[in-house]
Amino acid sequence: MGNRKVMAYRRENGRVGIRNHVVILPLDDLSNSACEKVAFNIKGCKAIPHAYGRLQFGEDLELFFRTLIGTGSNPNVAAVVVIGIEPQWTNQVVEGIAKTGKPVAGFSIERHGEIKTVEMASRKAKEFMHWASELKREECDLSEVWVSCKCGESDTTSGLASNPSVGNAFEKLVAMGATCCFGETSEITGAEMVCKERAATPEVAEQFMAMFNKYQEMIDRNKTDDLSGSQPTKGNIAGGLTTIEEKAFGNLQKIGKTINYVGVLDKAEAPTGKGLWYMDTSSAAAEAVTLWAAAGFVAHFFPTGQGNIIGNPIEPVIKLTANPRTAGDMVEHIDYDCSAILRGEMTLDESGDNLLDMLVRTCEGRLTAQEVLGHEEFVLTKLYESA
Amino acid sequence: MIQFLIHEKADTVGVATVDIKAGEMAKGLYMDSQEQVEVKALQDIPLGHKIAMTDHQVDGSVIKYGADIGRVVESIKTGEHVHIHNLKTRRW
Repeated sequence: MGNRKVMAYRRENGRVGIRNHVVILPLDDLSNSACEKVAFNIKGCKAIPHAYGRLQFGEDLELFFRTLIGTGSNPNVAAVVVIGIEPQWTNQVVEGIAKTGKPVAGFSIERHGEIKTVEMASRKAKEFMHWASELKREECDLSEVWVSCKCGESDTTSGLASNPSVGNAFEKLVAMGATCCFGETSEITGAEMVCKERAATPEVAEQFMAMFNKYQEMIDRNKTDDLSGSQPTKGNIAGGLTTIEEKAFGNLQKIGKTINYVGVLDKAEAPTGKGLWYMDTSSAAAEAVTLWAAAGFVAHFFPTGQGNIIGNPIEPVIKLTANPRTAGDMVEHIDYDCSAILRGEMTLDESGDNLLDMLVRTCEGRLTAQEVLGHEEFVLTKLYESA
Repeated sequence: MIQFLIHEKADTVGVATVDIKAGEMAKGLYMDSQEQVEVKALQDIPLGHKIAMTDHQVDGSVIKYGADIGRVVESIKTGEHVHIHNLKTRRW
């Protein structure tokens, strides 16, 4: 399959976005209220409230800024209004986003009060909305669309069909010169040596093992049992998955059979070139997709077995399932039903093509099930307590 | 109609793609070789759950994807349901 053309938004920095959001981004938990009021005043823009941003420090604070700045910088975002309680950290986020060249403005609540801040920010948001609404889609290569993947509420049908469908699509995307990513460090447990062998170079393999071992040490330090109460999840177990090892081998089907990953990324870190990348993420769906959106990924493949309903405010989540029961009773959450593979009526190669067709449609404006249902889980990864 | 799939020839379990009833001669398919196989189900195997293709002894391994996916904690007969009651992680 050659490189396909899609109609998408080319941003000031050359990156390609498939959505055109004007985001009202709170610096901190205190500013959620003002952001939601602005989003109420100005139709079409989007507030993305979250729980943190106060008294964080060290590596946790660096991750916080990387995630917020990355979210505003994502090519699916046309322009950003940042609101914070005080001006200094607010400006740090504004300046970080401004490096992309997109319109961004910051407002702080102290010395103004919330009512005046909401008024000023609403006027700026209105200006950004008018501007963004006249931006035109243009012809771009499908390979310019950065795609991340992770699965959720997996069951054995994930390992049989929906995850390998993503693997097949990723092989085709990487062959076109696309940028793709997988992660979920804890859910590689049991298959880590197989994952290590898929690194493009010995150095990348060692970087992966260092990330993997660090995560295992964190689990060993904090666990109170063998994690059988939470990993696999209750939904995984209901779907027939028994151990973390079984889940891990199913998980790795998402990277196909032939491609190697070219590098290892820290949480919310942007890749520096084409190909398949590995990112150190939690396996919790909303946390992980939030990190990929902050790293600049603009579309997400999400295979599910039992029916995880997660979404993201700025990175459309394309959901697929091979479980015929889920495709039936969870139908409103599913974008692509690949259960025909289990009946022997469709090959993996055909399924990979069907998934790419759904990606192209999503790029050109088809709303995902998650977008239509308003699932906008924006969950920051917190490394430790605030000071 | 195929009732269960097996990832690889080396695997000691298959995955039910429909609900299988105890006593049924269930039809399976090896995904790598496309070879067909039949196993008598000794217990109900719900869609997505695993059926043993061989007998397993305690402390042995269950093989799926050609890999060790855990330790057998109760002996398992061919055709029985394999899940959290007889298979545990070797990790954590």
